[in-house]
Amino acid sequence: MSTSVLFDVPGPRARTRNALLTVASVILVGAALYGIYSGFDAKGQWRAEIWQPFLEWETWEFYIFPGLLGTLRAAAVASVLALVFGAVFGLARLSDHRWIRVPAGVVVEVFRAIPLLLLIFFIFYLAPAVAGPGDYTFMAVVVGLMLYNGSVLAEVVRAGVLSVAKGQSEAAYAIGMRKNQVMRLVLLPQAVTAMMPAIVSQLVVLLKDTALGYIIAYVDLLNTGFKILPARFFGSLIPAAIVIGVIYVALNMALSFLATWLERRSRRSRKTSAAPIEPPGQPAIGAGAGTGPQGGGVAAGRGME
Amino acid sequence: MEDLIRYAPDLALGFLENIKLSIVGAITSLILGTILVAMRVSPTPVLRVAGTFYVNVIRNTPLTLVLAFSALGLSDQLGLVFSAEPRINSFWIVAMGLSAYTAAFVCEALRSGINTVPLGQAEAARAIGLTFMQSLRMIILPQAFRAVVAPLGSVMIAMIKNTTVAVAGGFAAESAANMKESFDQVGASIPIFLGIVVAFMAVTLPVGWFTGRLARRLAVAR
Amino acid sequence: MHMRRAGALLSVAALAAGLSACGGGEQTYATVADKIAAGETIVVGTKWDQPSLGLKMGNEPEGFDVDVAKAVLKQMNGGKDVAVEWKESASSNREPFLQNGTVDIIFATYSITEERKTKVTFGGPYVVAHQDVMVRGDDTTINTPQDLEGKRICKAAGSNSYRRITDPPPDGELDLDATTVDAANYSECVQKLSGSNLDAVTTDDLILAGFAKQAQQSGGKFKVLGQGFTDEKYGVGVKKGDTKTCEAVNTAVKALWDNGTMKTLLDKWFGGIQGLKLSDTAPTPEGCA
Repeated sequence: MSTSVLFDVPGPRARTRNALLTVASVILVGAALYGIYSGFDAKGQWRAEIWQPFLEWETWEFYIFPGLLGTLRAAAVASVLALVFGAVFGLARLSDHRWIRVPAGVVVEVFRAIPLLLLIFFIFYLAPAVAGPGDYTFMAVVVGLMLYNGSVLAEVVRAGVLSVAKGQSEAAYAIGMRKNQVMRLVLLPQAVTAMMPAIVSQLVVLLKDTALGYIIAYVDLLNTGFKILPARFFGSLIPAAIVIGVIYVALNMALSFLATWLERRSRRSRKTSAAPIEPPGQPAIGAGAGTGPQGGGVAAGRGME
Repeated sequence: MEDLIRYAPDLALGFLENIKLSIVGAITSLILGTILVAMRVSPTPVLRVAGTFYVNVIRNTPLTLVLAFSALGLSDQLGLVFSAEPRINSFWIVAMGLSAYTAAFVCEALRSGINTVPLGQAEAARAIGLTFMQSLRMIILPQAFRAVVAPLGSVMIAMIKNTTVAVAGGFAAESAANMKESFDQVGASIPIFLGIVVAFMAVTLPVGWFTGRLARRLAVAR
Repeated sequence: MHMRRAGALLSVAALAAGLSACGGGEQTYATVADKIAAGETIVVGTKWDQPSLGLKMGNEPEGFDVDVAKAVLKQMNGGKDVAVEWKESASSNREPFLQNGTVDIIFATYSITEERKTKVTFGGPYVVAHQDVMVRGDDTTINTPQDLEGKRICKAAGSNSYRRITDPPPDGELDLDATTVDAANYSECVQKLSGSNLDAVTTDDLILAGFAKQAQQSGGKFKVLGQGFTDEKYGVGVKKGDTKTCEAVNTAVKALWDNGTMKTLLDKWFGGIQGLKLSDTAPTPEGCA
């Protein structure tokens, strides 16, 4: 439902009221922003010299980029592992065999209930006892992220497969497919489209959660940018928090945009494949429209033909 | 096992702090989230933009950073002090940061709930002459809340678990910090870890179960 | 399509292999001394956020602890430079890092205490610091450590300096009624000190001097009282039971004091700081029992 349905096209009185409300809210929002601005100003947080470090290449090269790399490395490895973990356990929970379904369910429920911070911390402490001495900071962050986010993704996978209309699997069984064929060829391809937004929003969570590595001094963006950098440049704590925050927000928003784009793309392709009456050349036109600047594509293309 | 018994009183007291944070966080984040969603669907563009901006920024920032900024920026620099007693002050600072963070997720859940309310409902509300606030309050939000009870439950569960990050906001009296301290003293203890995990599960599982049940009972039949 | 799937499978397999490779596989040595003798890279834990002691500058940390670490390792290796990998070790990570083998040896403002001796073997001490108090430059109410009564002092995670103020002996010292404010580390404490929720930071004078010196360069105003009231023996942490390395460290530390290296390093990092008294004699070794 688009929000504009919630209110009428405003008449004269409503327009005045809206105008008043706009003024009031501008003042309110402006006052809040100014309050923060002037508060920091009074404490000298906008002084040029504490912002100066962020204009220097050295700061980025030695503090922010290494940390960013640590964040991305942990997030990338953990994402792949979590997706695998999620797929395996999500499908295991759908198994017809009780002895697979129940343990998988327990694993998923337990890891979803454990606070991630504690999990990372515990793995870090326990790993040497299991695998001998070594540096386990990266491993602990990645495994912790995998177990938690993988469990959430398992639920997403399960819900995605269950969301595919029942007729699909019935039809597949009717033409003589085996269980694994039904899952692999019919249910999963359709489920993936439905799962896409949920998967990506979970990956955003995963990326943010790499910051929890601070508890075991994992070298990530938060660590280098927010802990070490302010120690190196005295007084730059608030500027560092703002810069680091902007980087995280930009990173996650980029990921979200990617998700929206992927979703739109896959939804469009599903539309074409789900319409078998379409002439064979149709998908090509669809794909061509997809690469164009205007994403709207398929229907318009058809209209032009 | 003796480690768990030795540290049990400390850990239990710490866990109590997690619960207190959760309760405060749940109440304030629900209120704040509702205000935010009202802003995001309001007829005033400024409020819409402000709401969207807030949600997008907060939702994409790690909680650790939000809490650290609340403590070091808002409290230490801007002088936002709830109490002269540092421990009580940091409790409220963390509660505030946690609520501000969770509110963004509550807002998103509610907004998707609003999207499930059929168009006709809003149109009918307008047709009988309800104003924006009236239709939101009496028609849209009640149905939206019913539709998102289960997602809100997940948001709350995530928040309960997020109370373990409190130390980033300078509040070190809760169970995760206590566990870390005990590990530093006696080394990793599986009983201590499991004890805390069980305590968290004892809270989160019923919340999940209860909200799931409630969701089914309240579901709007369409 | 099949290519893509095969590629995905391959990368997962590669990741898994890479991950397991992190675990072990390299040759292990019984003691750090053996590892040095074998010419291996030594993983050294230092602070990365403490000016003048261990502060990340560029790719590597710099400071007194870092220089001492280099000098000691070189001495232990018979005058040859040792390849070093630097690893950040915050106060609260030091014991687990040694126990886990995350680091081989730690030079990180690591005071030797009876409690820590049960978990870590200490070489040294290589220098003795004294617990002191740092306050805002314009603060006239705190002039001696005793003035901390009723004030708010910082409690950095994993450090027990605050107990010297708040607790009676044997764990503490002054037994004053001060309130603690939690912080993640000392640089956060110093940041907080410039805000409104903290009155004093109290820890070793070397740490405070480093912060005060750095803050001064960027216009911050803090003062160290210069009334140290404890002896903090900075030790070299190695894994519990590694007495061989410990003995070697002690020999090296003695040699470095005898040939004047230590004095030079102290002057290099802490020379000319007001109120700071630097020792010029070697501290008594604790022994490696």
